Formats: sequence, structure tokens, C-alpha cells
Amino acid sequence: MTTKFTKDHEWIRFDDAGATIGISAHAAEQLGDVVFVELPEVGKTFTKGADMAVVESVKAASDVYAPISGEVVEVNQSIVDDPSKVNAEPMSGAWFVKLKPSNPAEADELMDEAAYKAFLETL
Amino acid sequence: MTADLKRTPLYDLHLSLGAKMVEFAGYEMPVQYPDGVLKEHIWTRTKAGLFDVSHMGQAFLKTKRAELGSDAAHADIADAIETLLPGEIRKLKKGGMRYSVLLNKDGGVMDDLMVTRPARDDMQGVLFLVVNAACKDADFKHIASKLKDRAELDIAGDRALIALQGPLAVNALQTVVPGVETQTFMTMKPYHWNGVYLIVSRCGYTGEDGFEISIPNDSAEEFASLLLTHSDVAPIGLGARDSLRLEAGLCLYGHDMDETTSPVEGNIAFALGKRRKEEANFPGAERILSELANGPARLRVGVKPEGRAPAREGVEIVDMNGAKIGIVTSGGFGPTANAPVAMGYVDFAHSKTGTLVQLMVRGKALPATIVDMPVVPHNYYRG
Repeated sequence: MTTKFTKDHEWIRFDDAGATIGISAHAAEQLGDVVFVELPEVGKTFTKGADMAVVESVKAASDVYAPISGEVVEVNQSIVDDPSKVNAEPMSGAWFVKLKPSNPAEADELMDEAAYKAFLETL
Repeated sequence: MTADLKRTPLYDLHLSLGAKMVEFAGYEMPVQYPDGVLKEHIWTRTKAGLFDVSHMGQAFLKTKRAELGSDAAHADIADAIETLLPGEIRKLKKGGMRYSVLLNKDGGVMDDLMVTRPARDDMQGVLFLVVNAACKDADFKHIASKLKDRAELDIAGDRALIALQGPLAVNALQTVVPGVETQTFMTMKPYHWNGVYLIVSRCGYTGEDGFEISIPNDSAEEFASLLLTHSDVAPIGLGARDSLRLEAGLCLYGHDMDETTSPVEGNIAFALGKRRKEEANFPGAERILSELANGPARLRVGVKPEGRAPAREGVEIVDMNGAKIGIVTSGGFGPTANAPVAMGYVDFAHSKTGTLVQLMVRGKALPATIVDMPVVPHNYYRG
């Protein structure tokens, strides 16, 4: 299973069923205590880079962008019910949505973990 | 971080405590410490939070027309500052303090501030002023120039300001400064600590019981560090300071009030002294008294979103038909309320408590209600 990252700090992980998307540990840490998450409806389609979800901490609101184009096939209601989960397990249990990619080749442009770590060093 | 940002005397302490520093009003200030905004907020509501508010402006305004140390000297300096603000300063008791606003000629709020009459007999004829960081240069220029013939303004750039806020603040502070426990809300007393002069005021910006301690810059770090050794005291950043004051319904100048807002519109008419209203001799009195009699065009109100989505500054408030009736001026998530909390301005006709409104958040109309402030009750010590 490969995990890739965007410059906007989303991660995307591919398996046989499709792609799972969340926000990176760095993003969760920068946001601080997450208090609100808004997720899209199942069935909605997004093009790469479109606003897909919203995550808010006490102080700030932040958009979550679609790392690739596709259709939402599942959303993680548990982070809506308990937003603090985004801080506790950003890279695992606190995934945001599962997408059915419409153009999987878009993922080739994303960073792998090593590249993302190098990117964080530049911030 | 830009090189020309100013630093408070507690800068090194903030770094050693692991603070995340941000720019605020020209200063490098701690927005949060490793615990984060949520925990810092709850800590302050339940224990005692230590805030560096040294960026705020402190000054002493002294009469030039009477010898210091008499009631007449106080009356003179009170009359002087009363030409700039609508509060009752003359009748303040020794050691009493008042929340007030500097007004422009149209009755708009230039800043909000604390005005204190010193407790010491020999300091009568002096007022101690604390103003907002972002406005301090303009405020001090305004006060000094308007009152130049009768008063002298000494800007206390050599003093830091430390706030200790929360239900256990009094217990912690009295271990270091015995006697503070006898002070009631909105009173000031001078103390000596370690050879330096402290001005301790029982007030704050969180809605909790607490104190603000003015201390010479050179002693600030030692004093703050000593308070932090107390197990109930933790350092708190500007992030939690904002969420605390929001729950307490307190204005952030430049957001919830500005030069266009009158104190009536700002819903702080309590800051208008009874005698001052009768005398009608403060800047913008005509507008302000007319608004008191007839109702202002708009009013600052609490706005409670029904759902979980925070409504932040700039969100439009619309009526049930979708017509714009106002705007959110401060909003976010209230950790104690465990819900989104907001305040803003609405047309007077829609300002009644219980009015149903809608908030335009990311293009969607979310239901909300006009509510009384504060959302979290104040917990002041009135004796």
C-alpha cells in the first residue's frame, strides 16, 4: 500500500478498493485541537484540487482539497462525531473520505513519504 | 519572523516553555504552548492561567494644575480625562478602577481601556491607564495632545503586565503577594515584592476571577517564573485568551468595536456614567444619547449557531428570508461551552434575545439564535 502526500498536507493511500484520503500528522499538529469536521456527501465527485472537506480548530478553519479527481464512495462519520480523533490518529483511524479515482495517473504527480518529509523541511 | 517585531520581557521565558510565537500588534507573542489552545482554555477556567500581556500600553496621567496628594487633585485629573471618555471617573474610590472607552468627536470608539484611581494618598491626582497594544501609540498621542495644557502623560514602557486568571488565581498569587485575597473585583492595590513596586488589579479578560500585575520589566521574568512553580499555574497563550474572552462576551477592539461603533451599538452602555449622561459633555454625546433614547441602528449581540460548525469573523448574518441583517465580528469554538460561540452586529430590529437568524458559512445558511452574553457566566470576586 503506497501513501502519497500533497503540498497542502493531505495524504492519499491506494488499495484495491480505491483511495483513502486524510490530513497529515504535520497538518493536524499545525491546526491544533480539531473541534469540527465537515465531510462531503457520498456520491459527490471532485476534480483534483477542489475543496472537499473542512477541518476547524479552536482558532482556525482550513479546507481539505481533493488530491486527485474522483467520486466519494465512503466518508468517516467517526471524525465528525469526535473531531479530536484527527489529532489522535491523523494517519490512520481519522481518514476523511474514500474516493473512486477517475484518473489514477494524477497520483503520479504527488510526493512519496520521503519527498514529503523533505518538503516539510523547507517550510 | 520579521526582525523589527518587538519583544516583551518574558520573550525568553516563552521560548523556554515551548511557546509557538506569532506576530500580534507588532510584538512576537505566544499564541499557544505545547498543551494547545483547548487544554489551556480549560485550565484557565478550572485552575489558574498566566498570560503575558506586556504588549498592552500602560501609562500614568498626572495633573499639572494641582499638587498631587489631595482629593482636589483627583477631581482635576478626573475632569481632564472625562473630556475624552464617557465614564464616571471623578467618583471612583481610591484604588477603584473603571472600564471605559476613548471616544472620537462622532462618538465612535477609538479604544477601550481601564482607568484606575491609585490607592495611595500621595498618588491622588494621577490616573493609571491600561490600553490595547494595537492602539497604544495613537491613544497616548491623543491623550497627551488633548490634555497637554493640564496633564502630563508618562508612558510606562519600563513596566511589564502579567495576568493571572482563573478560580485558583487568588490562591496562587497570595502565596507570592500576600494581601491580594482581600481585593475585590475592579480594585487596585500597590505592593512591594522583592524590592520592586507592583500594581495589582483584580480584573481580567477571561470572565474568571483573576489579577493583572504591573511590574518593572527587569523583574517580570523572575516573578512569572515564581508563579509558574505553583502546581495550579500554567502559561496560557493568545489563542486561549481569545476563546476565553469570546465565551465571556468581551469585546476585542478592532474586531468587535472600531471608530465607527458607538458604545451603545457596542452594547457596553454600562460604561456610560449616570452623571456623565446627564451632563452630556463627552465626545459624541449627541449621537450616543440619541441612540440610548431611540435605539441604535445596530447592536452587538451574542449569536449561537445551532449546529457544530463555527461561524467566524466576517460571516454574514441573514434573516429567515435570506436578507442580510448583520455580520459576525468574532467567532470560533468555545471549549467550555463545548459549542461554537460567536458575537456580531445585527440591525436593532433583529437584536432581541431569541430571534432566529441564519449564518452564511461557506455558502450555506446555518440556523442560529440571538442570545444573551456572556455564554459562560462571569465568575468575579465581589467580596
